[in-house]
Amino acid sequence: MSRSLEAALRTKRAAGQKLLVPYLTGGFDGWADCVRAAVANGADAIEIGVPFSDPVMDGPVIQEASWKALDRGATPQSVLDEAADLDVEVPLAVMTYYNLAFRAGHQRFAAGLIRAGITGCILPDLPYIESAPWRLAAVAEGVEPVQLAAPTTPDHRLTELCAASRGFVYSVGLMGVTGGRAALAESAKVTAARCMAVTDTPVLVGVGISTPDRAAEVVQASDGVVVGTSMVAKMMAEGPEGVGELVAEYRAAIDTSSVN
Amino acid sequence: MVMAEPSSDGRFGEFGGRFVPESLVAACEELEAAFRTAWSDPVFVAEFHRVLKDYGGRPSPVTEAAQLSKKLGLRLLLKREDLNHTGSHKINNVVGQALLAARMGKTKLVAETGAGQHGVATATAAAMMGMECKVYMGAVDVERQALNVFRMQLLGAEVVPVESGSRTLKDAVNEAMRHWVAVVEDTHYCLGSVMGPHPYPWMVREFHRVIGDEAREQCAALLDGGVPDVVTACVGGGSNAAGLFSGFADSDAELVGVEPAGGAAVTRGVPGVVHGMLSYLMQDEDGQVLEAQSISAGLDYPGVGPEHAHLAKTGRATYETVTDAEVIDAFGLLSRTEGIIPALESAHALAWVVRDERLRGKTVLLNLSGRGDKDVNQMMDILK
Repeated sequence: MSRSLEAALRTKRAAGQKLLVPYLTGGFDGWADCVRAAVANGADAIEIGVPFSDPVMDGPVIQEASWKALDRGATPQSVLDEAADLDVEVPLAVMTYYNLAFRAGHQRFAAGLIRAGITGCILPDLPYIESAPWRLAAVAEGVEPVQLAAPTTPDHRLTELCAASRGFVYSVGLMGVTGGRAALAESAKVTAARCMAVTDTPVLVGVGISTPDRAAEVVQASDGVVVGTSMVAKMMAEGPEGVGELVAEYRAAIDTSSVN
Repeated sequence: MVMAEPSSDGRFGEFGGRFVPESLVAACEELEAAFRTAWSDPVFVAEFHRVLKDYGGRPSPVTEAAQLSKKLGLRLLLKREDLNHTGSHKINNVVGQALLAARMGKTKLVAETGAGQHGVATATAAAMMGMECKVYMGAVDVERQALNVFRMQLLGAEVVPVESGSRTLKDAVNEAMRHWVAVVEDTHYCLGSVMGPHPYPWMVREFHRVIGDEAREQCAALLDGGVPDVVTACVGGGSNAAGLFSGFADSDAELVGVEPAGGAAVTRGVPGVVHGMLSYLMQDEDGQVLEAQSISAGLDYPGVGPEHAHLAKTGRATYETVTDAEVIDAFGLLSRTEGIIPALESAHALAWVVRDERLRGKTVLLNLSGRGDKDVNQMMDILK
């Protein structure tokens, strides 16, 4: 059964909670158990990566997980089929690249997500200016098309895309691809604050959040975080147990932070 | 009007657009504005043509291929882009983009390359302009185009082998885009073909328009004011073809692009979105991009520039494919009959001219987009 991503996130936010959304690459060996472990340890929603041949927004770690998933035969449909069997109590979103939706057809792709119990959809190479046809089809099927805001997004477009975004607003933490950085970019908090000023939709920061400390820092200026690369690295190295522990660490860090 | 400016959202018909991460949208908008202003500024345009003349060696001649014409029973004219500085048409585009980058205050260039021709050209323009240069090149291509790798290094560029994906041109584009997102403030992405997000397909075609404009005049002088029956060029991303076609799009000449059989996006692809554009794309039923397979690293690309998709869809241009074996024969044939060793890319167009019986008795203008020096090692292995 599909749970609305935005409704769930709003409810938790209203209860004073900061939001934690781990990203895990679908189709990677053992990924479904990693999702269950993440949920058991306090994830508020899960972002499922659907592997694509040309992941232009992803750094080396997520690229590697994608390639390994594709190598073992993962397809968009096989990932959705496995997602449908997850049976977890939090809402699900996919993150993938636009060509998979374009090739399937917007309506068919959106309907497939709903059938798999997924309501959120993030397409990082489909910028707001090109997104209207997809958003229309997605919303009609009950899919929440998450929009991304970047440090370089001008004010007028930031306002528009925040208004159009469903599920949450994905505030891109830095100018670059996914992956850890030496320090939290100043742009992470600035961009999040710009989004928070123009929308009531939950604002989550992703890209460049590679430690619990940084997550704790960034939730001071946002409603929550998307944590990708460090989760995927853990999934590849240690599997479900490692992912569960890491989610618990992030959970503790941002909960402590939001109480302060 | 055929081959005019794209629409405000960067479309040629239904193709094109700006499918890049939000982080890069502002950079594309900035580039479009800068190009628009520069291209309508007579000072910039004059400087562009001055550099192409004094540094690049333009205009390139049109050569009557007398021996080969006789052998094939047609009149074959070669537009000699192989005689340009750096050995191919690629210099036109990089001079334009380097001048534009400097005008925008950028101090570094990043580029992708397949065969290495665009990488060499970008490294050359960077050296000429005193800019830093980084070139992403698929590891497979680094291997088969070692000479061009060394050339780029001689010119002061850093060559970064790309180990992801199929380790060829498409992956080099991915990696160059990933790098560009992080350094967009001081770095211009010098894209090497009529592909990518708006304004690249339009801008790169405009920088190569000089090929078609020159050829139109040169043909008029040779053909009593007329145009050739057929105008042809090889197509990977499609930049040399776009440049040549733009000079003849409003004429009666038949326009024919020639793709490698293993990378025939127009002929075998279906609409898809990758590298910032909506165009024909070789992909599987799920939308995963397929790896191209061609003897020529410069054409080893599963997509094609969106304007070619539009020209094909509207029927203004047609697209043919040739096999690696036909290309190898054509490569040798031109070398022996005319004393011109063509780039393997250009040999694709020639292979079609050699094969197609329909062309007998006609006048054919072929873009000899590059010289074959870079391919000699590879051909030595194949022919020995």
